[in-house]
Amino acid sequence: MLLSRILNMRLITHNMLTSHVKGVTNGYPLIIEATEVEEKEVDFNPEFISRMMSRIEWPALVKAMEWIGKKDCLPEEPIENCEKDNDFLQKAHHALMEIEVITGSLKCPESGRKFPISNGIPNMLLNEDEV
Amino acid sequence: MTSKRRPEHQAPPEIFYNEEEAMKYTTNSRMIEIQSEMSERAIELLNLPEGTPCLILDVGCGSGLSGECLTEHGHEWFGMDISAAMLNVAREREIDGDVVLADAGQGVSFRPGTFDGVISISALQWLCNADKKYHKPQKRLYTFFSTLYASMKNGSRAVFQIYPENPQQLELITTQSVRAGFGGGVVVDYPNSTKAKKIFLCLFCGNQTPTLPQGLGTGESSQHVKYTQERSQNSFHKRQSIKKSRDWIAEKKERRKRQGKSVRPNTKYTGRKRKTHF
Repeated sequence: MLLSRILNMRLITHNMLTSHVKGVTNGYPLIIEATEVEEKEVDFNPEFISRMMSRIEWPALVKAMEWIGKKDCLPEEPIENCEKDNDFLQKAHHALMEIEVITGSLKCPESGRKFPISNGIPNMLLNEDEV
Repeated sequence: MTSKRRPEHQAPPEIFYNEEEAMKYTTNSRMIEIQSEMSERAIELLNLPEGTPCLILDVGCGSGLSGECLTEHGHEWFGMDISAAMLNVAREREIDGDVVLADAGQGVSFRPGTFDGVISISALQWLCNADKKYHKPQKRLYTFFSTLYASMKNGSRAVFQIYPENPQQLELITTQSVRAGFGGGVVVDYPNSTKAKKIFLCLFCGNQTPTLPQGLGTGESSQHVKYTQERSQNSFHKRQSIKKSRDWIAEKKERRKRQGKSVRPNTKYTGRKRKTHF
């Protein structure tokens, strides 16, 4: 069981989010402009992380860590057989589950539209002309 | 039937679910019970592989009651909701998923092939309303379903618990889901009861032809009229059992069981005559 925590946007969410503004063809990855970042310890679930590895866009995660200023925590490329390497999974777990953005914004790389993050909740609502 | 009591008729969701309404979802134990009961059933209908942690999307997660059930089953989940007040309550409740403030009618803003399953409890009927001048329910539903289809893994399921206002609304929803490429259909639990009746939209993504699960409280093939050789008795000849008699009690129990109410099991004491005291 995971520990209860105050809800904030984790990097796993960032890794899955794309921009859905009308007319944008490649709204991924969203650029993180964080003003407040927090690190929290979360129980390590190796099974889940290894299952997620096929779905994670690794370059986007590395970039996200760079934007937050913690580039050194993560290897550039996922190593071979990363699903079984416990050390590697630990690192991925730290990046995905333990780093949280509380305030800041997500910027669409194509249109430059900013989605604000407040209280750890990203606001992905669009305006009338963007649907 | 146009009931004033339907929340969709009162205000748009982002306004209806204000702080006061959101508080109900943390304090009202009846609401919590109903919500988590429906979530349990929705998770059951998702038919996820046993024992593997999955990534689930919760559409209209609100204060995260359905998410809590997912966490209990060992799954990770993301939630999306249009009401900021509800999400703030979720934040205070310290739940284990990430939430995003987003309008389902504007599409699901997640990467393709992300989710192992999707659940949604009492949320989809909100999309049938046009709350703004530029809202077109058909288009909003189609945008939602098509982007949702993309964000799901091949072979996964989406289960929506809905309260459609009328049959037309249910048809509107199913038509748009079929247009977006989903297979599947509607599962009705306890169709004989007005109160316990619950409608689940069970959608399949990708190339699969599974059979639709059976609703609870439905006898075998309740959708079709059964062929019998018995001559139907007209109401004049239909014998009604005497009130408070053993048959009458049995009939009543059977009826209430069909409606999904809790009924004591039959024993040798059921409907037994009491001793005459003097």
